[in-house]
Amino acid sequence: MAKVLVIAELTEDGVRKATLSAISFAAQAAGGTGGSFDVLSIGAAATGAASKLASYGAGKVLTATVDGGYVGERYAATIAAAVKNGAYDVVACCATAYGKDLLPRVAVKLEAGIASDIVGLNVDGGTLKYRRSMYAGNVLGTLTLSTALQAVSVRQSEFEPAAESGGASAVEAVDVVDDAVASRIRFVGVDVVKSERPELTEADVVVSGGRALKSAENFTNVLEPLVDALDAAMGASRAACDAGYVPNDLQVGQTGKVVAPKLYLAVGISGAIQHLAGMKGSKTIVAINKDKEAPIAQVADYFLVSDLFEAVPALTEAVKAAKAG
Amino acid sequence: MKILVPCKRVSDPDNANKVKIAEGGTAVVADGLEFKPNPFDDWGVEAALRLNENASTNESLGEIIVVSFGPAEATQTIRQFLAMGADRGVLVKSEDATLDSYVVAKGLKAIVDKEQPDLVLMGKQSADGESGAVGAILAELLGWPLAFSAATLKTSDGGKTLEVGREVDGGILNLSIDGPAVVTVGDRIIAPGAVKNGVTPDDHAYPESDSGRYASLKGIMKAKKKPIEEMELSALGVEAAPTGDYSDFTMPPARSGTATFVESVQELVEKLQTEAKVL
Ligand SMILES: Cc1cc2nc3c(=O)[nH]c(=O)nc-3n(C[C@H](O)[C@H](O)[C@H](O)COP(=O)(O)OP(=O)(O)OC[C@H]3O[C@@H](n4cnc5c(N)ncnc54)[C@H](O)[C@@H]3O)c2cc1C
Ligand SMILES: Nc1ncnc2c1ncn2[C@@H]1O[C@H](COP(=O)(O)O)[C@@H](O)[C@H]1O
Repeated sequence: MAKVLVIAELTEDGVRKATLSAISFAAQAAGGTGGSFDVLSIGAAATGAASKLASYGAGKVLTATVDGGYVGERYAATIAAAVKNGAYDVVACCATAYGKDLLPRVAVKLEAGIASDIVGLNVDGGTLKYRRSMYAGNVLGTLTLSTALQAVSVRQSEFEPAAESGGASAVEAVDVVDDAVASRIRFVGVDVVKSERPELTEADVVVSGGRALKSAENFTNVLEPLVDALDAAMGASRAACDAGYVPNDLQVGQTGKVVAPKLYLAVGISGAIQHLAGMKGSKTIVAINKDKEAPIAQVADYFLVSDLFEAVPALTEAVKAAKAG
Repeated sequence: MKILVPCKRVSDPDNANKVKIAEGGTAVVADGLEFKPNPFDDWGVEAALRLNENASTNESLGEIIVVSFGPAEATQTIRQFLAMGADRGVLVKSEDATLDSYVVAKGLKAIVDKEQPDLVLMGKQSADGESGAVGAILAELLGWPLAFSAATLKTSDGGKTLEVGREVDGGILNLSIDGPAVVTVGDRIIAPGAVKNGVTPDDHAYPESDSGRYASLKGIMKAKKKPIEEMELSALGVEAAPTGDYSDFTMPPARSGTATFVESVQELVEKLQTEAKVL
């Protein structure tokens, strides 16, 4: 009977969609063991977000208002106390930059074993078994933790976002607990990369560009019209990010983001295994590359062998025409 | 400053698609694959070198200690980092199978307690296990601040305070931290202007590269004489008791068939509309 607490990741004015994947994990873990789950809304906007979080079938939504920008050290002790006081067995979070930073620290305070970035859950006679991806997506393994308390981060692309359940969970405030170490860290600010496009990890269509784009201008003039024609999110290879063609947070792959959209277009990307690790779960993969031997062919469903500077503008027009028709 | 860099050896990350699974899914078999330093730790060592040098005079401003937990063969990994410029090594002899993030972090804590470094700088994840947890666990065990996934790192007072730009979804989150601290890094930290130490001229641009600096011949010769201290995990008072067990290793399901090569944009659009039904 697993009792699960989900740590919600909040935005300035709401809930990060990845949180819904963590909730859906919690519902599975609770459902499979005859247990239950609650959600913790923590941050400056905790109270406002609580009413939204109350509609996903949690027993309770706990709130902890912590002002100021995000500093993990100011959250971990509060979360650990909430887990202890509520006698939870599992504490879960999404495996975003937020969850990856925060969860292990909470785990240590609770002496909880850690299953990071899980891609699946098996419930085996009441025991939770976590599927994890390793070796840049080339191996899957099942992790069984021997600790009483367990800390789990959930890969967003592998758990369908929870749907609203109609009811409203009770909302309850918990104590905010100080941690001495927090006084040694000051939040300075966030340099936000603004984009009007859908978020990379949430989009149905992702168009990624590689080193072959050759410049930031080409990303803007050649690739972006296609991205917009498809209402897609834009992604990139590490080579393109490193060269400064696009911001780093567009990187798809082992070091960057893991995406699994319905349609993924890899434009001028060779398909190094570290890139594949971030996109091979996509439903349909299209490669545009002038080298038909490029390793991206191992995962592509469709491969247009062509110079991208000819193919992409033509494809943009064709997509526009197809959508109009 | 005195910087501790934990580092792990991993089976060749560029050939991770060549690993196999033992009968019955009991283990990952990487036979025939060379061991390489975890690239994330390579970036950690490079960042440590940049923090601890005057790049215009090649003068060293402190000490870098490389620590690895693993079998005797991990000495080779340590040696590679010594050849890049780290000063000395520590090998904590342990069986790979008995290590998990907690065991490594507890061992590292014992070494930090003994060495009292100003900073622990390390990869944000290992390229094989990909837990990404050791840094955070270590920081928590030490009661030190953590900067996870630093893209930029600046100090101007020998590391007493650190200005860190962390990679987060949607941008860079800037923190100012009173050391000592644990900082974990990804590849951004080796971008030309990512590390500044207040001594190397601010306009000094390190070369664009995918990896840390290459060891010079001189570096390799010097590394042979640099000390590597060896100890048993038990000597650190740490039990080799992982918190979990892996079973049922499998290959991820292969993607459906092979690529359909298309000749024209028109053909691609047609297939996406009628076959894949994604347009
Ligand atoms: C530990 C580690 C982690 C890493 N993490 C990541 C990660 O998260 N994400 C990531 O992407 N990489 C990652 N990398 C880097 C990765 O190994 C590759 O170096 C990188 O993905 C290559 O990027 P690319 O495909 O854009 O460039 P290249 O490999 O240079 O490929 C360019 C491709 O464009 C094609 N091309 C050239 N000109 C044209 C044209 N005019 N029209 C059409 N096609 C053209 C070429 O045929 C080639 O296939 C990592 C590496 C390491 C060691
Ligand atoms: N066996 C090891 N020896 C030394 N350092 C390690 C070891 N395992 C992990 N680490 C360090 O912990 C970081 C994160 O690894 P992980 O949490 O296993 O993904 C790595 O980049 C290393 O710096």
